[in-house]
Amino acid sequence: MNGALLLGVVASSVMSGTSLLYATIGEILGERAGVVNLGLEGIMLIGAATGFAATALTGDAYLGVAAAALAGTAVNLLFAYLVVGRHANQLATGLTLMFFGLGLSALIGRPFVGTLIAGLPRVHPFGLGSMANPTLSYDILVYLAVPTALLVWWLLFRTTWGLGLRAVGESPVAAVAAGLHPGRIQYQALGLAGLLGGVAGAHLSLAVTMTWAEGMTGGRGFIAVALVIFARWNPLWAIVGALLFGGAESLQLQLQAAGADVSPFIMNMVPYLLTLAVLVAWGWRRQGAAPAALGRNFVGVE
Amino acid sequence: MQRNGAAFWRMVSERSAAFAFVACLALVAFSALLLVAGKNPFSAYVDTLLYVFGNGYGFSELLVRMTPLVFTAVAAALPARIGLINVGGEGQLYMGAWLATAGELALQNHSAIVLLPALTVLGFVGGGLWALLPAILRVLRLVNETISTLLLNYIAPLIVSYFIFGPWRSPESSSYPESPAFVDAARLPSLFHSRVHAGLLYALVCLGLYWLVLNRTHFGLEMRAIGGNPEAAQRLGVGVRRYTLVVMFIAGGVAGLAGMAEVSAIQGRLVAELSPGYGYAGFLVAWLAGTAAGGILAMSFLFAVLGSIGDMLQITQNLPYAVINILMAGILFIVLARRPIGRTAS
Repeated sequence: MNGALLLGVVASSVMSGTSLLYATIGEILGERAGVVNLGLEGIMLIGAATGFAATALTGDAYLGVAAAALAGTAVNLLFAYLVVGRHANQLATGLTLMFFGLGLSALIGRPFVGTLIAGLPRVHPFGLGSMANPTLSYDILVYLAVPTALLVWWLLFRTTWGLGLRAVGESPVAAVAAGLHPGRIQYQALGLAGLLGGVAGAHLSLAVTMTWAEGMTGGRGFIAVALVIFARWNPLWAIVGALLFGGAESLQLQLQAAGADVSPFIMNMVPYLLTLAVLVAWGWRRQGAAPAALGRNFVGVE
Repeated sequence: MQRNGAAFWRMVSERSAAFAFVACLALVAFSALLLVAGKNPFSAYVDTLLYVFGNGYGFSELLVRMTPLVFTAVAAALPARIGLINVGGEGQLYMGAWLATAGELALQNHSAIVLLPALTVLGFVGGGLWALLPAILRVLRLVNETISTLLLNYIAPLIVSYFIFGPWRSPESSSYPESPAFVDAARLPSLFHSRVHAGLLYALVCLGLYWLVLNRTHFGLEMRAIGGNPEAAQRLGVGVRRYTLVVMFIAGGVAGLAGMAEVSAIQGRLVAELSPGYGYAGFLVAWLAGTAAGGILAMSFLFAVLGSIGDMLQITQNLPYAVINILMAGILFIVLARRPIGRTAS
């Protein structure tokens, strides 16, 4: 592998890993509070479509990101209402949310199919603008991804709020006994998760592809749900996971661009196969890591 | 059920009325959304009703659309009865179609008496094996079947694409790759001189067997025991692992039959875009139906009608077909919000 190819792989794995990282951190927050959201794919689609539409209309990609974050939060709070407020089955509600996102994003994105946008501007945070290699300059969301993971880790493991959130995910009954409100905390966690999921989708449409296409997330939401298991519900491990999967995806793209003689269909399987392989390899050791009350609805104490 | 028939029918009519209310509520919300988007949903509704119920052809198309949904709904409902979540109907459908096509290519010199049963079995086995993989991972306690069946959904269409763009590519197809056309002997016969095909009969047989096995056999009794309390069932000597493997294989096989019927009766060849999400829609059908056999039939029919509305929105309002998912999801959201606490169907 020559130097230019290697540089290309590194640059594009950071790009494709960013969106996965935001989505994974969001899902970790929700699952730490005891709620599985299989609808992350739908949230990302809504973020991608809303962000693209807002950018195309206003011409400002930052407003696009804000709109995507807002839309992701709003829709995930609808999910929260169903699973927390109405005690609906989490898996069925999550899958329904995926369908909802698929449909709503298709409706929002319809007028913008084929629209061209400038995308998120690339910035040079350390004043290295002229010196920096152009392949290694990124947009603001890339630079903020790892700090976001660190921030969420700090929130979860170093603050009282995080302690309460994890307590709700482990044992809602004990959390109530400690004077916490499990429902309120779950709403907060899911609202934040929706914000991050919306941003994840926006990064795809505003920085990676810079176009809108129906169903453009292509299963990344489900890969992020799997990455949560890989990361053992820890935002720091999510950084490693997102880079690994971003790397797999970009290696495949670079090989294709370099004209490697492998079927594109076989190469497109790699991220999904890798996800499964990682889950299998992790399977034996993961038993103790999951929040104990994950997936169960808390219906109150007697 | 026969003993208190009156009570049974009262329950059915009460549930139907409640459901009709939910569907209307979702329809109103969906219409409002489309109006905000500057579209006119009402003309699409009227067009759909005129098309679907106005003549025999439109109605027969409804049955065509409903057929794969019955298969994929049974594929989701059967494992749900022992507490497993099979969201992999989509991938299992593709693999059933794939193996059935492999069979057609290998056996095409034989007569229909050999070909059709062989293709049916292969379609079943293709989907079944694709579902067996997550079942094995589950039994070994390696990977949860929800996430593994979802991931496999993305791999199966890529396998199909690999074959029709590569080894199986028909020399006659130029811009739009597909496998060579099936020989006539490998085509499932059609019914009533329409596009309705024998696959509908397969689907109804599967649904009938599903009801029969669950309610009238020892196998079904043990399944219900596992669904009620797996640990207690295990202690009573029921082989929970064996049931996991067998049930997932059968469920995948039923979804595989949907794929087999699609290539053998509708397409007449293997194509890349085989299913517009039948596998996922089937899961929602099963969930809405509370995994009851009669409910699956009714909800498949309803989803077929919704699909027709989606077609009309695409044709007359220039909207993507996927927009109809908002209406399907809306109905489900309301049902999910209304279902009493502590009662879950899957």
